[in-house]
Amino acid sequence: MTAAPTSGTPAARVRNLTKTYGSGEALIRALDDVSLDLGAGQFTAVMGPSGSGKSTLMHCCAALDTADSGSVFVGDQDLSTMKDKALTRLRRDEIGFVFQSYNLVPTLTAEENILLPLAIARRRPDRDWYDSVIATVGLGDRLGHKPNELSGGQQQRVAVARALVSRPRIVFADEPTGNLDSRSGAEVLELLRRSVDEHGQTVVMVSHDPVAAAWTDRVVFLADGRLVDELARPTREQVLDVMARVSGPELGSEFRTGPGTGSGSA
Amino acid sequence: MIRAALKSLLGRKVRLLLSTFAIVLGVAFVAGILMFSDTLNRSFTALFASTVGDVVVRPDGGQTDLGQLSTQTLPASLAGKLRALPGAARVDGNVTALNVYVMSTDDKIIGGVGPPAIGGNWSDAPAGHGIQGLVIEEGHEPHGPDEVVLDARTAERAGYALGDTVRIVTATDRVNIESTLVGIAGFAEGGSLNGATYAAFDTATAQDLFLGGADAYTNYWITARDGTSQTELAAQARAVLPAGVEAVTGDDAAEASASGLLKGIDFLTTFLLIFAGIALVVSAFIIVNTFSILVAQRSRELALLRALGASKRQVVRSVQLEAFVIGLLASTLGLGLGVLLANGVQALVATVGLDLSGQPLVLAPRTVVAAYAVGIVVTMVAAWLPARRTGRIQPIQAMRDDIALPESSLRRRLVLGVGLVVAGGAALGAGLFGSVPHAGWWVVFGVLAILLGVTSASPVVSRPFLGLAGSVYGRLFGPMGNLAGQNSLRNPRRTTATASALMIGLTLAFTVAILGASAKASVDKQVRDNFIGDFIVSSAFGQPFSPAIAKRMAKVDGVDSILRERYGFGRYDGTDQGVAATEPRDIDAFDLTMDAGRAADLADDTVLVEAGWARDHAVGVGDTVKFQMLTGERSWTVVGIFAKNPIVFFPVLTSVDTLTGSGFPDQDNYVVIYAKPGARGVQDRLDEVVAKSPVVTVKNQQEFAAEQRDPIDRIIAIIFVLLVFAVAIAILGIVNTLALSIIERTREIGLLRAIGVSRRQLRQMIRLESVVIAFLGAVQGVVLGIGFGIALMYAVRDQGLEVISIPVGQLVLFLVLSLVVGVLAAVLPARRAARLDVLKAISAE
Repeated sequence: MTAAPTSGTPAARVRNLTKTYGSGEALIRALDDVSLDLGAGQFTAVMGPSGSGKSTLMHCCAALDTADSGSVFVGDQDLSTMKDKALTRLRRDEIGFVFQSYNLVPTLTAEENILLPLAIARRRPDRDWYDSVIATVGLGDRLGHKPNELSGGQQQRVAVARALVSRPRIVFADEPTGNLDSRSGAEVLELLRRSVDEHGQTVVMVSHDPVAAAWTDRVVFLADGRLVDELARPTREQVLDVMARVSGPELGSEFRTGPGTGSGSA
Repeated sequence: MIRAALKSLLGRKVRLLLSTFAIVLGVAFVAGILMFSDTLNRSFTALFASTVGDVVVRPDGGQTDLGQLSTQTLPASLAGKLRALPGAARVDGNVTALNVYVMSTDDKIIGGVGPPAIGGNWSDAPAGHGIQGLVIEEGHEPHGPDEVVLDARTAERAGYALGDTVRIVTATDRVNIESTLVGIAGFAEGGSLNGATYAAFDTATAQDLFLGGADAYTNYWITARDGTSQTELAAQARAVLPAGVEAVTGDDAAEASASGLLKGIDFLTTFLLIFAGIALVVSAFIIVNTFSILVAQRSRELALLRALGASKRQVVRSVQLEAFVIGLLASTLGLGLGVLLANGVQALVATVGLDLSGQPLVLAPRTVVAAYAVGIVVTMVAAWLPARRTGRIQPIQAMRDDIALPESSLRRRLVLGVGLVVAGGAALGAGLFGSVPHAGWWVVFGVLAILLGVTSASPVVSRPFLGLAGSVYGRLFGPMGNLAGQNSLRNPRRTTATASALMIGLTLAFTVAILGASAKASVDKQVRDNFIGDFIVSSAFGQPFSPAIAKRMAKVDGVDSILRERYGFGRYDGTDQGVAATEPRDIDAFDLTMDAGRAADLADDTVLVEAGWARDHAVGVGDTVKFQMLTGERSWTVVGIFAKNPIVFFPVLTSVDTLTGSGFPDQDNYVVIYAKPGARGVQDRLDEVVAKSPVVTVKNQQEFAAEQRDPIDRIIAIIFVLLVFAVAIAILGIVNTLALSIIERTREIGLLRAIGVSRRQLRQMIRLESVVIAFLGAVQGVVLGIGFGIALMYAVRDQGLEVISIPVGQLVLFLVLSLVVGVLAAVLPARRAARLDVLKAISAE
């Protein structure tokens, strides 16, 4: 099925995307003819049980992985026709990333980490924008510290700032609260929410966590590589209901108790 | 536990391979040199066995230890007496002469350096114990004055075939010979002349050429009848021999001539093993570093083992076991590579004339044992420090995210390093300037302690350098430069340990470069200060040449006068001593500075001695000195003591007739030519005299200086080739460190790629990291090398090396090369990093 865009021009479009792993008996359809529009200026969550293909979908949209067939457009650029160099440039200029495990460069200070994408592109930071990002991140006097001197929540906020600073078309966040306690997680989610509300940033987040999903404008659900459902302006309870429906009662209950770390109630 | 260790080892094949490389090269070096040395030994033992008969009859002391032959001969009439001996099956007279050079078809001398150029009479007599020596393989034996036989290798090198006219240059009155090649000789039972050349004529021609036409022989071989031993036969011969002639068994004669040479080979082996030792020290550095990295990367796994109940001991043991397996594997590979290397060393010594082509390599059990012992011991000793550190890993660390292996404190390393440098400096000083016994060992330990001390203190003292490099990088190369600079500072222990491995090789290279430049500058200065006359005539290898050349040159238009100098060897007070000789009437030309006596008093059976020699041997004017020469003991009166003069090649100077009378041939080593003032074109006319015997050349002051510098260049070149090994291992070390640190940083590299770093930028970053390591090693090497070089030169300043010269151009070249090395070392790791799959890298553990 195709999920319709909710508002305005989409920041990215996915058309008939299919990706398989393995072969024969062990063939796994990670993505099975997925089509989807990711609305500009929206905060979208991609949800689904383990192995549903949500991470693969995000990696394909973010020019980190390639599909077997179908296409992904970021703006009007078709990723399936681009080579490594162009993809690298696309990642550098159009896409921002937030990873579950922060992935900061340990030798650089927080500030240097934030400015790294601009430095790589040899672009000067826009002062006002930089100041407002820094202000939003709220690190204050800890900007000169190395990552190992910061808490997990602080590190992840640095990572969010790094993703925002180059004003990318889309920011992708892969389980950004997965390694955080609930308070730090909420701070990070609030940061993402504000970037959408105050600056019109497009954010796409992959998550297990119904609490995290409740911060978004729209949730799309994947199961077995297919789009199975979606919610607009979701609440935690609505998300849990859909999760229970798409992944069967056992898996749904597993979601309710919260898998992994840091998905406690907020 | 053992299973876990082995599994972990096998699970990391790439890392295993990388860490074995360094030790493989070190072991290969040791094994290769031992194989080469055994091969050389066997080949010379075989060669010498084939150069003696069952019994050799020769004039007393017919040969010096250094291979010079006496001019004394045995009459042909002696043959009859020997044939009548009851134990003699046959008796053959041999004529042997040295400095008989075969010229190639394009007018080059064959051989000449190192192994002798031999001429003589053709003989098919069997060597001792019935060993068949050279036999005619093609053509026939030489007959008559115009026929010659060459050994197969010489004929091949010179490019002659049967029927060709062979050009030969001798040191006798008849300088040039042209003969027809009628036969080619080879060893029937395999064997080699090891680079010596052999030209054989029929007996009458050989006597004519080399013994002034006398019907005489250099020596006789007696072949024993079946059932007669060498000792019995020698005793029978002694009974009938006149005074001044001796009979020795072939075994003794071969042993005597081989022992001097084998002593030389031992020296060569020791010399080469020193470089193998250097290579092994560098390998050990790499192993320490590699294991430190591997253990750090595995610390979580080791902590897990601890949490599961493994004891400290077991954890440490598992790392040591890993080292053992790596050592075992590396030794095996090294042994194999050593075979290739032995061939390489053969090629290297072939450039100095020692031709061992066609000799099968000898793989003695000793070599195998040494290879395994060295490989395993070095690896395990080097892995000991990192292994011990794993014992300090706490089980709780298995649960933690950011796990760091406990490291030695930098402060302690600085203190240790400074201590070692101070102690090493003291030992070096004592060895060089003090009067301690075994000064050489003091120097070696001093140098080693300083190198280790610098390595130990390097993480601290190199910090400013790395910081500076980082900021220069940032300015020159932007963000990637900045990252590279930060990365080199991330683990200064690792960066500096890798650089130190390179430092060792380069320190020695710089030291040698400085010694070489200083030696050459000293030679230049001595030649400049002491050159007499206008031209010097000599052979390139200091070998004697025909006196006819000097006679002809004296008659050349524009030549005012000539001065001959020659030398021989005898024994004084139990040690070999060179004796120089000149014509007493020419002594003024030497312009000697006399400390005592008068130079003009030099006459037959008198000597002038150099001041230092006179002091060492407590000899004064008027004393009598006794020398053991080829013809027996000679007593000479000291008539003067002169200040050291490089034109007089030995500290004892006598008359030409005295030297000839001591059994040395009438041949010159050097001739000094004085041109008439204003004469033009003299050198061209002198060149014409020796045009057909390129063994001898005419040189003006600059050319003579250049020729004197040449052997220094050659030795330096060989040392550089040997040091290439240490440097190659160090380069592998850089590759290894980079590769391992890339594995360690996989996730970070994935992140950089994810946020838009291109492959090119990534490669640039790795390359810059590599260059900073290489450059650090080179800079440390330059500083230490200059220090050691100057210290050594200062220590030997009173041994004729009075000029200290620092070859700035060469040092700068080395520094630039180190940058190239850095770039090259980064090629593979950088490619690997650039090829990492971004997705997998990001999610890597």
